[in-house]
Amino acid sequence: MSSKRTIKVDYLARVEGEGAMHVDIKDGKVEDVKLKIFEPPRFFEAFLRGRDFREVPDITARICGICPIAYELGASYAMEDLCGVKVEGPLRALRRLIYNGEWIESHVLHLAMLHAPDFLGYEDAIAMAKDHPDVVKSALRLKKIGNDIMVLLGGREIHPINLKVGGFYKVPTKKELRTLLDDLKWGRDAAIEIGKLVSTFTFPELELDYEFIAMSHLDEYAIIEGQLISNKGLDIPIREYDNHLVESHVEHSTSLHTNVKGRGTAHVGPLARFNLNFEQLPELAKNVSQEIGLGRHCNNPFKSIMIRAVEVVAAFDESIKIIEDYEEPDRPSVDVHPRAGTGYGCTEAPRGICYHRYTIDDAGIVQDAKIVSPTAVNQPTIEKDLWHFVQSNIDLPDEKLQWHCEQAIRNYDPCISCSCHFLKLTVNRR
Amino acid sequence: MSKKPKLAVYKFASCDGCQLSLLDCEDELLAIAGEVEIANFPEASRAVQEGPYDVTLVEGSVTTPHDAERIKEVRQQSKVLITIGACATAGGIQALRNFSDVKEFTSIVYAKPQYISTLATSTPISDHVPVDFELRGCPVNKYQLIELICAYLNGRKPNIPTYSVCVECKRRMTPCVAVSKGEMCLGPVTQAGCGALCPAYTRGCYGCFGPNETPNTSALSEWWTEHGRDKAELVRAFRGFNAWAEPFRKESERHE
Repeated sequence: MSSKRTIKVDYLARVEGEGAMHVDIKDGKVEDVKLKIFEPPRFFEAFLRGRDFREVPDITARICGICPIAYELGASYAMEDLCGVKVEGPLRALRRLIYNGEWIESHVLHLAMLHAPDFLGYEDAIAMAKDHPDVVKSALRLKKIGNDIMVLLGGREIHPINLKVGGFYKVPTKKELRTLLDDLKWGRDAAIEIGKLVSTFTFPELELDYEFIAMSHLDEYAIIEGQLISNKGLDIPIREYDNHLVESHVEHSTSLHTNVKGRGTAHVGPLARFNLNFEQLPELAKNVSQEIGLGRHCNNPFKSIMIRAVEVVAAFDESIKIIEDYEEPDRPSVDVHPRAGTGYGCTEAPRGICYHRYTIDDAGIVQDAKIVSPTAVNQPTIEKDLWHFVQSNIDLPDEKLQWHCEQAIRNYDPCISCSCHFLKLTVNRR
Repeated sequence: MSKKPKLAVYKFASCDGCQLSLLDCEDELLAIAGEVEIANFPEASRAVQEGPYDVTLVEGSVTTPHDAERIKEVRQQSKVLITIGACATAGGIQALRNFSDVKEFTSIVYAKPQYISTLATSTPISDHVPVDFELRGCPVNKYQLIELICAYLNGRKPNIPTYSVCVECKRRMTPCVAVSKGEMCLGPVTQAGCGALCPAYTRGCYGCFGPNETPNTSALSEWWTEHGRDKAELVRAFRGFNAWAEPFRKESERHE
């Protein structure tokens, strides 16, 4: 007699956006795994057509309230590539600084408020706060400091208004930036403590052979500029993205799936960056990763929470240096004049690479747009993880299996709102 | 049994930014959680309590047949229903589809349009069910959000001004960017709430908080035209994050 089991979650919690999971098990074997994304489509690529190129960063910011900088900067870099403009010196440093603010805010929100409760057995951070008040309070303060950077440089934490193609509308004074220093120094120490804490968690086993893809830059832990590289031989400039990474449309998702041409799924985000760019991390972050037992390589996505903590340390450390070295630029932006053509931009959003491609005409009006979010790239990889995880833990009771499956999805901090150009969990046992 | 009022948060088509505003209240979050029972807030918790809820916050616009039904169920479960943000109060940036052919939009983005279930329009929640209060903004201002929750918990009227961004600019003593720099600024016809951020950063307001109480959009268009702005620029200016809000929609249609 055959036995069937279904494990499902109809509305995934503690992720950004709307999705579900469905796993079918027949006679003790996984038969199907679907990460369903039912976030309603919003058609950004379509309505960007006909807009002025200077409007694009503010519009694409609205793809995601959690990582607007990824969209504002990705679009800006693409337009600057198109118009033959480079943003350098203090303006470039300020771009890294505000992006660090977004990384801190997004990573701390995810690791402390959304992911840590999985490891400690709580439904949410508020229940966790009753037993671990100091941890939650410390995390909230860290997150706030990330937001403070966003507010000072961008005007507000969600959909900042001060970024533009070519730089900023207004740049801060040295004195204004230095008001952040005391908090940043406290934050750097507190982030190390959070790293030590998450390293004491119990990590379920899961090690697969991934193709990790990340931006890479010789002189820095790549966030805003660099080549696209992988552990399987990819090494290309951003403009060749479409020749190597292809999208397909599957029925169970309003988010397009991305694959590496000729090879299959890709893994982007903290593990990819850490494994490919460890050498470029600040010394302090390297030391913390040794101290908390990460070493310099990690293939277990459940340990992404530790890498996020290391990246938060790195973001605090670099932010302090940027502010200490800051010299006010002569102008808040460089002039950008439109010319017909196609431009490419890619940055490291907290969840991984975020690709933009735009074609504009001589007057600067958008003719075509393509945007690929990190969650769209990770979506098939998450399904693969679930497939292997469920198969290796098939004897767990449904409730426990479901809990770990949700946790496995959260390893990727999926941002469903973004990916939908994404979560419901169902495990079917037959 | 807890006697604390029950709070629910629902999401429709949106970027998540407005509900994130609640989690961005770092200094106030634990205090709020002490006063209300967070009964249904999937972005923050996997624990779900059944309705009815005392106060429900709804983010996002209605863009699918399924969501048009779901909002009715949410309304039935909610004593007070508050919509938050430009998507929920005006249809959001995705309402730009309302001016176009959605079939063409679907085929631009998706290889297999037959997999996509979507309505021709993106519409505010108030087009589908009665709404008790609409909080504007793209995103909402988190302090206005706290004010609103406190007001409803205490049974008083919320103190949310409906005058224009210009008033906030004057209070900040920001030089007018329209007059001094010739920027296209929607401030005169846009509701206050952001603290006149854009002009403070030397750029024109782009209308995140939607039309103010009595917006004179045609006078603004005339002034822009006199200053050399063409029709396409006027249409784009009114077709932003609150494009489907009636005064902005009508004004943009006048210049097509």
